[in-house]
Amino acid sequence: MNETSPAIEVRALCKRYGDYEAVRGIDITVARGEVFGLLGPNGAGKTTTVEILEGYRTRTSGEVSVLGHDPAGRSMDLRRRIGIVLQAGGIYSHITPREALKHWASFYPHPRDVEEVLELAGLREKGDVRSRRLSGGQLRRLDFALALVGDPELIFLDEPTTGFDPEARRAAWETVRSLRALGKTILLTTHYLDEAQELADRVAIVKDGRVLAIGPPRELGVGASRYRVAYRGDGQLIEHETDDPTTLLYELTGGALARGQRLEELSVARPTLEDVYLELTADA
Amino acid sequence: MPDALGGATGPSPTNPVALTWRQYRLERRMFWRNPSAAFFNFLLPLLFLAGAGAILTGSQSDLNRLVPSIAGMSVMSTTFTALAYNIVFLRERGVLKRIRGTPLPTISYFGGVAANAVTNTALQIAIVVGAGRVFFGIGWPPHVATLIVFVLVGVVCFAGLGVAFAHVIPNFESTAAYVNAVFLPVVFVSFFVFDSSSAPGFLKTIADALPLKPLIDGLSGAMVAHAHTTGHLDALAVIGLWGVFGLYFAVRGFSWEQSRT
Repeated sequence: MNETSPAIEVRALCKRYGDYEAVRGIDITVARGEVFGLLGPNGAGKTTTVEILEGYRTRTSGEVSVLGHDPAGRSMDLRRRIGIVLQAGGIYSHITPREALKHWASFYPHPRDVEEVLELAGLREKGDVRSRRLSGGQLRRLDFALALVGDPELIFLDEPTTGFDPEARRAAWETVRSLRALGKTILLTTHYLDEAQELADRVAIVKDGRVLAIGPPRELGVGASRYRVAYRGDGQLIEHETDDPTTLLYELTGGALARGQRLEELSVARPTLEDVYLELTADA
Repeated sequence: MPDALGGATGPSPTNPVALTWRQYRLERRMFWRNPSAAFFNFLLPLLFLAGAGAILTGSQSDLNRLVPSIAGMSVMSTTFTALAYNIVFLRERGVLKRIRGTPLPTISYFGGVAANAVTNTALQIAIVVGAGRVFFGIGWPPHVATLIVFVLVGVVCFAGLGVAFAHVIPNFESTAAYVNAVFLPVVFVSFFVFDSSSAPGFLKTIADALPLKPLIDGLSGAMVAHAHTTGHLDALAVIGLWGVFGLYFAVRGFSWEQSRT
């Protein structure tokens, strides 16, 4: 096994469900030790792509290599070297985190120490609480812990923080950063711009089963998008873009009040992924 | 290899037999921690036995039929019912999918699950046999080998059917309805159609074609002294055919995850 070869290589990947093409020719390469983000809206094909790489789904066409294996073969060697955090993976209702980790650890030839993983996942105090009594955030930490206990080289994180409160999100980000510091390769899917920006070395923006852009988040211009302020005046929808919505709103509302007018349907929108797409595709 | 987390333990035994054993132990623990499952799979047939036994006290021939019938029902509830419930639940909760993504061999997973069901069946049969001896004047089974053969074949048959049936059940909320729609009529037909002189012929034909009545017949022959023991091979053939049918669809239709529709 060549240690400098990419952790993941995907060429012209396609996946069709009947008439629906979920993935339409995706190419990505993830280097060892890299945190790679697949960013896109719901239904973009992120999860389908990741589940093909994890060995859950077969591809319609294209070439895929994960740690030198074709994941469709579901080889034992590959499954011992990867850790998976599913978008929605459950656990037995009556198991405790400590028991679950001990059981999971027994599947792997060189598992991590269970107590250490509990600590890393922030579950030490909940180690003996049955999973049905854990909160959503604690269950998500258990997802992380179960994916890490086998000491994998490559970790798949599918929407790891969806539904998290800000504190739990930050904690999850810390975990991802510490994994990165350990030299783990991470493939992350997310529909949060800030998450991709915070965590990923490189990002592929995916939409409608295709990669629109690929590169380090800053270079992609993610985060450069501006606030959009819109209102209706004289029956027309008027839109402004700004980096400084406070000043703009002050001017707009001040002017309107001075004229005795109302700014109908006034809205302030933070940049959406869609805006970034538009910017990206306009630049291209 | 640098150990950055500073504490990887030594190699653990990951051979499939050891993993089957671990999975079995986990399944046992989870079973006893879930009181409602323990009740439905375990206590219900025994309550049935106690209730019906009390009603039928005084008629030894009825008791001779009741006890093996409850034993047959126990085989069905500890395998068919329990596996259908568990698999639908674990599939819907995403537990199966998570397990699928680990190096736990499929054979070890199902080995542990099956061994758990077999343990429940064996415990139930032991309790039913003991109750038959102590409370219902039936005595110890005269044909222990026949008893073991029928219980084993029954377990394989109903376990296969339970796993196959889990594929038909769309979601966990409807599991009780689906399982009982099969379990109750099969139990009813198989329990009450043993007296062929009073039961309508078509019901008898249906009962004979389903796997539970042949199982009860075989268990009767094994558990009750002087029961007429003809037709064991026919009974085994019927149960075996259902078993092949069940196992085929259990394997072929098996899905590790909830369909996303």
